[in-house]
Amino acid sequence: MLRTLWYSTRVRNWLFQIALLGGLAALVAWIVGNTLTNLAARGIRTGFEFLSRPARFPISESVLAYDSADTYGWAFVVGIGNTVFVSALTILLASLLGFAVALARGMGNPLLSALAGAYVTLMRNMPLIVQLLFWYALATTAFPPARQALNPLPGVYLSQRGIHLPALAFEGIAVLVLVALAAGVAAALGRRRFLGRGGLLWPLGAALAAGLALSLLRGSAPSLDMPLLVGLNFRGGLHLTPEFAALMIGLVLYTAAFISEIIRGGIEAISRGQWEAGRALGLTRRQILRHVIVPQALRIIIPPLTSQYLSTVKNTTLALAVGYPELGLVVGTVINQSGQAIESILIMLAVFLSISVSVSLFMNWYNARVALVVR
Amino acid sequence: MTSVTEHPPLAAQTPPAKARTPLVRLLFGDALSALLTLLALGLILALLPALDWAILDAVWRTEDPDACRQGGACWAYVHDKARLILFGIYPPDQHWRPLLVIGLILAMVLASLSPRLWGARLLAIWGLSLLAMLGLMQGGFLGLPLVPTSQWGGLPVTLLLAVLSLGIGFPFAVALALGRRSALPVPRLVSVGLIELVRGLPLVGVLFVASILLPLLLPEGWTIDKLGRTLAALTVFAAVYLAEVIRGGLQGVDKGQGEAAQALGIPFWKTIWHIILPQAIQKVIPPLTNTAIIMVKNTSLVMIVGVFDMLGAGRAAAADPAWPAPYTETYLFVALMYFLICIAISLYSRWLEQTVKNRSHS
Repeated sequence: MLRTLWYSTRVRNWLFQIALLGGLAALVAWIVGNTLTNLAARGIRTGFEFLSRPARFPISESVLAYDSADTYGWAFVVGIGNTVFVSALTILLASLLGFAVALARGMGNPLLSALAGAYVTLMRNMPLIVQLLFWYALATTAFPPARQALNPLPGVYLSQRGIHLPALAFEGIAVLVLVALAAGVAAALGRRRFLGRGGLLWPLGAALAAGLALSLLRGSAPSLDMPLLVGLNFRGGLHLTPEFAALMIGLVLYTAAFISEIIRGGIEAISRGQWEAGRALGLTRRQILRHVIVPQALRIIIPPLTSQYLSTVKNTTLALAVGYPELGLVVGTVINQSGQAIESILIMLAVFLSISVSVSLFMNWYNARVALVVR
Repeated sequence: MTSVTEHPPLAAQTPPAKARTPLVRLLFGDALSALLTLLALGLILALLPALDWAILDAVWRTEDPDACRQGGACWAYVHDKARLILFGIYPPDQHWRPLLVIGLILAMVLASLSPRLWGARLLAIWGLSLLAMLGLMQGGFLGLPLVPTSQWGGLPVTLLLAVLSLGIGFPFAVALALGRRSALPVPRLVSVGLIELVRGLPLVGVLFVASILLPLLLPEGWTIDKLGRTLAALTVFAAVYLAEVIRGGLQGVDKGQGEAAQALGIPFWKTIWHIILPQAIQKVIPPLTNTAIIMVKNTSLVMIVGVFDMLGAGRAAAADPAWPAPYTETYLFVALMYFLICIAISLYSRWLEQTVKNRSHS
């Protein structure tokens, strides 16, 4: 009887699973017990009430307004804001550059494709953090002090203080242009939805032109806000700090190399027969690319592109090596200041997990839309 | 989308040899290619000042740090500090030990290049030689002075972290991959949860957990030094990424293989070890080596928690006030070292893929 039980697969499976579960529960209980003893022994306070205490440390730059009198909680939010901003900008710029590099490799020009190939190999085989530190070292040592700033283009100044650019002054007109753009997007989506087809480009262009024309009629043409050297530093214009500039250059160049490989791989995976069939049907090269190759390549490209975007979001944490205050750096500072290590790290992990989950959900939804429908 | 209609024999299908287009035509054949060529030339021209800085204006050899203040690259500094960058703050009179470790790792890697030698014996030799390397670095016996891990640094730390995290992570990765594919709910949920949790986190976060939280999670008196904690973080990270790669390989193995083994009465673990895993891993050699490259690059992140790997040692070396802040040169040198390691792995991967493919066809 016992012998049959011992050799029964079902009983064995049950025993194995119970043992695994019990072992895990014991491990977790052990860790929690240790932690509680350690915390009590070291007199560390736990709990999240520190979030409402004033932070009293500066954050050098942020998308959201921050003052050192603000709370720890707000400091975390500001860090998250910077992380999201840097991630979104990197993903956008790196996708554009990656697409351009993939094109450069596939255009059949040997010089250009060799150049693009060398770029991709170089970027992919060196750690991102080394590249970021390199750009940061370059930004802080290779350029002159602000008074002798390099001025390669009118209004553009390169110095140790970073990059100063002319800024478009968006007052009044910005609202109009944004409203026009939103209307354009709505119209285009509506047209797609109800008429079945239709490009996004034309309605958007028309909406933008209408917005600009409206703003010109009202007499508030967009004006340029030029940076001016006042004393030892610049005033006005758009200022990119060396930290931000190094971070963006490093992240975009690194990510674009990976994205270009993903795009190239997707396009090369489409069999030559598809091109030939398209040509046999009398389609032009552009038409084949747009209606035959790209829709099929997208299906191959989307999954690896999703994980690339996700790793880009995670890669932004390397900004703490160059001192740009994204979430990782804020968490490090908060731990030093408040000693609330467990809570701070939990917040960081929770934020990244929720970003990862939401990006994958979105990309899965998009993937389901472009996926092959088998009938 | 492959069709199953009958093909004419392959030889008849090969296209006629392509007429070689002359290079001039490729570069300037029509307006578009001429434009692209000009674009490429423009890019190259824009890079020339960097070349100027790196080669023509560079100071290659000097004893005098002030000679480096002319504006060119200061390779003399890299030459002067190479020992510090490569070995960190390891006691200088003991530098032969880390050097020997680097040599041993290289020798072991060279010895395991050919897939013919792979097997349990090679694994055992790897384990023994890694233990020997750690002992050699640490010392404290046979008259070797004791060098605590806080003084280890540079290239040996980078290489040891990469090899150990991948090596220790691999068995865990296999277990996780098998668990994820298991029909039983408990191992499947545990594996999926662990894999997705760690994959959703940045390595910096995992390193924070290991370096700051781990001492809190373990009982009083269980002290793991900083290097050990970072190794633990890297190992967990390597394990989940390897697990996903191996899972891909397991999915590619025909179900009939396992069923046939079962029908022959081969026990479960023997089926896995002798039948499923060899086929699964053979299928995922390129992504496996890719993961190896990623992990080599990832070791550079340990600098953030204060471990003196090659990058950390380079940063410390560049802080010497005698030299004019040669950070750019340091990072270029460190980047070059990483580049050489990674490119070697990827060339090997290509060769290996070819060899394995040839063998399975013959």
